[in-house]
Formats: sequence, structure tokens, C-alpha cells
Amino acid sequence: MNAFNKAKEPFKFYTQLHMPELTGLKAANLQELLDLIKTVPGSVIYHHTHRFLQQHQYLSPEPPNDFAYWITGILGEEELGEALYSIDTIQYTSIRELRDEIIRTIENYIVKHPRSLHKFATPGEEFHFLKSVSFVFQTPYTASDLKEFQAVLQRVTISSIYFHMFEARLRTGQGTNDFSNWLEDSLSEKKLANKIASLDPYTHTMENLRNTLIKLIEKRVVGSMEKPPETDVEIALPKL
Amino acid sequence: MPKIAEYEPVVGSSTIEELRLLAGKLQGKVIQNINSTAVGGGVAEILNRMVPLLQELGVDTRWDLIKGGESFFNVTKKFHNALHGKPEEITPQMFEIFMETSQRNINEVNIYGDILFIHDPQPIALIKKKPLKPDSKWIWRCHIDVSTPNKQIWDFLIPFIHQYNGAVFSAPGFSQPLPIRQFLISPSIDPLSDKNKDLPQDTINNVLEKYHIPKDKPIITQISRFDYLKDPVGVIEAYRLVKKRIDCQLIIAGGTATDDPESTKVFAETKETAGNDTDIHILPIPSGSDIEINALQRASTVIVQKSLREGFGLTVTEALWKAKPIVASSTGGIPLQVKHKYSGLLCHSVAGAAFAIKQLLNSPEYAKRLGENGREHVRQNFLLTRHLKDYMLLFLCMYHPEDIVYL
Repeated sequence: MNAFNKAKEPFKFYTQLHMPELTGLKAANLQELLDLIKTVPGSVIYHHTHRFLQQHQYLSPEPPNDFAYWITGILGEEELGEALYSIDTIQYTSIRELRDEIIRTIENYIVKHPRSLHKFATPGEEFHFLKSVSFVFQTPYTASDLKEFQAVLQRVTISSIYFHMFEARLRTGQGTNDFSNWLEDSLSEKKLANKIASLDPYTHTMENLRNTLIKLIEKRVVGSMEKPPETDVEIALPKL
Repeated sequence: MPKIAEYEPVVGSSTIEELRLLAGKLQGKVIQNINSTAVGGGVAEILNRMVPLLQELGVDTRWDLIKGGESFFNVTKKFHNALHGKPEEITPQMFEIFMETSQRNINEVNIYGDILFIHDPQPIALIKKKPLKPDSKWIWRCHIDVSTPNKQIWDFLIPFIHQYNGAVFSAPGFSQPLPIRQFLISPSIDPLSDKNKDLPQDTINNVLEKYHIPKDKPIITQISRFDYLKDPVGVIEAYRLVKKRIDCQLIIAGGTATDDPESTKVFAETKETAGNDTDIHILPIPSGSDIEINALQRASTVIVQKSLREGFGLTVTEALWKAKPIVASSTGGIPLQVKHKYSGLLCHSVAGAAFAIKQLLNSPEYAKRLGENGREHVRQNFLLTRHLKDYMLLFLCMYHPEDIVYL
């Protein structure tokens, strides 16, 4: 196998954009927050645990979690904030499981620290529950081998990388990502696929994640080019 | 007016490509914007930039105006202030004037769009024309901070709002319980406008010279119109607390509207509070002097926005885009922009503002990091290109009630 072997199926790059929708629901203390976390739609939990990734890239490697940010910054409950920040988001393959873990963490804390229920956010600093409406659509980019794949990764938006790395895990419920699936299934690049699958994307900024992916692929490409092919392959990026 | 391609060096070519793809999904739809004025004011400023860019992207976007006389606009100005939470005397006659002009516009304005994008309360009653075009989608775009609206006016607007397909607010705190879908769209700044573009150091120096501002000590600046809600007197009080420990100077610069008696009064009070301190520069800047505002922001060491109430706080966005460390009140849309200790410092009082300013002046490295984070935050979230993307997604939402949409 080398970097120029053609895949059985080309990889089609999609992208995902979000539109925040207001729910009109807000919480001023921990109990109100907990009650609402239990009842809001999954798209609300998704918004507050994932949108942070695209909005506050510079905060990374702070784990992406609006609840933790509010509990720490506004209610001043740093220990609980830390516990929520520390939830290993990647091990949950559904929003339901992630929601349950958030609920369990807050409930345990309240039992240990009942006085935390008496802290209220000042007016204007309440936690407002939002949900994400997600739009998924195909970009003009495709890749048929590792070189093309690397070139397109440099080109696509972070929203596209986000869709294939984060959204895939929740969409497929398999704890993996679209890139690893394709590398293994269509290019038989099992080792590279595993390396990418073992990354914790939640602790990278999106640009940092892009660079890590590119470096991993580059390393593989260089390794496979010890015996270069006879002809160069021209990489044609689609024109818009 | 800049072309869409000119934003590529600022946000990256792939972001612009994504906008083009999105625009393709709106082929065949006509977007009709309606507001009350073509020039002056924030809404006209946004539309003047957004409409041509949407058209260039291939979205058939039009812009129409309603008509109104002086008495109508006096009433809507009062409505606007009262919705912001300012005490105003509202009389039944005002509602009559509002409805009289609205009815004339209902009779005269031609509704042809697939999506009707109605800005602010002035044209809100046009929704009565919806039955004439039953398939049309109507969106009410509220640019006002209605977190604590005057109840009398809000109750008057509610029956209109309920007939819309969706409403849009600028900050989560502005939304109200409504039976229709509500979307969050933050305003944005144009990185290529005179107010925000990069400036040569000579231009900055010339502006400082013009206003007799020396460069020998740190500059604390608040840019905002002279208005009680911007608390210019509080800014001077904070400066005085800082001045006890650090030699610095203060600029308070902004527009005064000659037709607004309150603005003149606030300006006079601010001048009086400043007294004969030669390190305080109170500068009435005529409207249209965007490059001067830009230069003053860029010359500042720390930028302050100590508002008591704030809409979104675009002056904060402008300061962050210039990578300036900022101290701002935690009100309105400011907390969306300033994440405390990450992209600036939030404050709740004069003493808190003074403490934060001292921290920043004494720790230039820390201040620099906050400023740089702020600039990246604005690049990702508050530039015109993000606004274009949100508008197109909003239009698409009108045809997709589901949470995940596959286009």
C-alpha cells in the first residue's frame, strides 16, 4: 500500500453548520439548571456540549461544556465546574448517555454540598438554554487516495472536519469517526485509521486537530514514498 | 462597498466557499427586507452591507421601505426607548398614530417575497398582509434589547409577533416566551469598514495630535454616544481610582446628537465631572468620523465599556477586533463577547472597573493575551461573514422544522 493507491470508494466531504434557536428557558441556580437539563430536548444538550468547540476555539484545551463554564464563572462552584469539565465526552456515543452523566455529576455534588443550591445568578447572568438546528450538506471536495485526502484536509473548513470527527461519533453511535472508517474500509489503512480514532478530538482546538490529522497522514505518505511511483498524480481540487 | 472575495484574507477562502454553497440552497427564493429608513441607524447600516453581499452570493435579496411622517417616527422613537426599558409616557393617541401610518403602509407596500424579513417594530403591522400570500414566510427581526420591555408596548406588539413564522433576537436574554420559533443572531462588524480596517501608524498619530492627546502615558478609552446608559460619569470615577496608583489618561469619545436634548445634557455633565483635569479628554466626534474612532481605539492601552444597559455592544466587538484588552460591564450582549479572564474582564461597578483596569495596566503580557483571544473570538463569531451565514441558515429554517436538516 502506498499513498497513491486508489480507494474503493472516494471520500466525500460534508460540512455541518449550526443555527442557534432560543428555547426561552433559563436557570438562575443549580436546581433550576438540573431540572431543565433533565427535560430539554437532546438538541439543547448537544448545543451546550458541542457548539463551544466551534465558538471558543481559543479556550481549548478547556473541555467544551457551557454548563461547566456557567457553574464555575457565575455560580462560583469551581469544584462542580471542574467535575463537569472533566467528563470524558469522547466515551459517550449518544447525547442521552452524556446527559445522564451530567445529571449524575450535578446530583452527587448537590448531595455533598446542599448549600450550593442557595447561590443565584444575578439578573442578566442566568443560564439560557439554546438548541442547535444543524444543517448538513455536501461540499464539492472528494479524495480518492491519501495525497488527495491530505490536500483536501488543508482546504476544507473546520465545520467540515467537525462534522466528520465529532458528529460522526454521535451519528453512527459507534465511537469512531468518518475518516477512520474510510481509511480502513476503502484504503485498508488500518493502522492510520486506528491512530486517528484514538485521538481525543475534544481536547484539541479545531485548527490544531486539522494539523494533527494532516501530520499523521503526511507521516504515512512519506513512509509509503520510500519507493515512489513512476508517475506523478496530479491533484485536482474542485473548482467552485 | 467591498466584494465578497475581499473577505477571503480575513476569514479564509473555505469560509467564503461555504457561503457560496449555502447561497445555492436558496436558489429561487426571493428575500424581501423591509424597514423604515435607508440611511442612518444600525439597521440601515447592516442592510446596506448585507443586501449587496447576499445578492453577490446569488441570493435574490431586495430591500423596501415603509413611509411615515414626523409624528409616526416620534412615536416609534418613544416605543424604541420604552422597549429598551427607559421610562416613557405612552398615550393611547400614540397607538392611534402608529396604526394610522401602519394601515397606509399596509395599503401601499407591495409584498412579493417568498420570505419577508421585517426589521424592528416600525413595519411590524405589515404582517396583516400575510393572508394575501399564504405560502410566504414572515420573520420579525428585533434589533432592540427587549429583556425588560415596557409592558404596555410589548402587549401591543404581541398580537402582531404571534402571526410571524419566526422571530430573531440578538442575545439570549432578549428573548421572551413566545409561541413561535425564536432564533439567536448576533450582530456583526465589517472588518473592511473605515471603523475597523487596519490603519497606518501615521493616521493614528495624526488623530492623536488633532485632539492634543500625548502618547507619554497609558490611554484608557470609552467610545460611546453621550447617554446616561453608557455611564460616562462612572467611567471618570473609575479612572480617578486608577489614577491614584497609575499615571494615565482618559478619552471619552462619541457622538452627540444635536436634536437629542438628553445627549447634550449628558455631555455637559460629563465635562463638568471631568473638571480641569488635563488628562481627561472628552471628545464629541461628529458622525461619519469612523477613521478617527478607529484610530482612537487603536491608540488605546485599555478600552472600557462601562454601560448600565447595552444592546449588543458593537463598540466592544470593535475593540476586541483591534486586539485591545477590554473592561466591560456584564450586561446585554457583552457577556457573549467577553468571556471573563479569557477575552477581557467583566465588571459590575465603578470599583470593579477600576480594579480590572489596574490589573491590565500593570500586567501588559496578560492584557496582550486577552486582547489576542478577543480578536480570534470576533474572527470566529462576530464578523459580517458569520452574519451572512446566519441569515442564510435562518431563511432555510423557514422551510425545515426539524433539528437536523440534510440539504
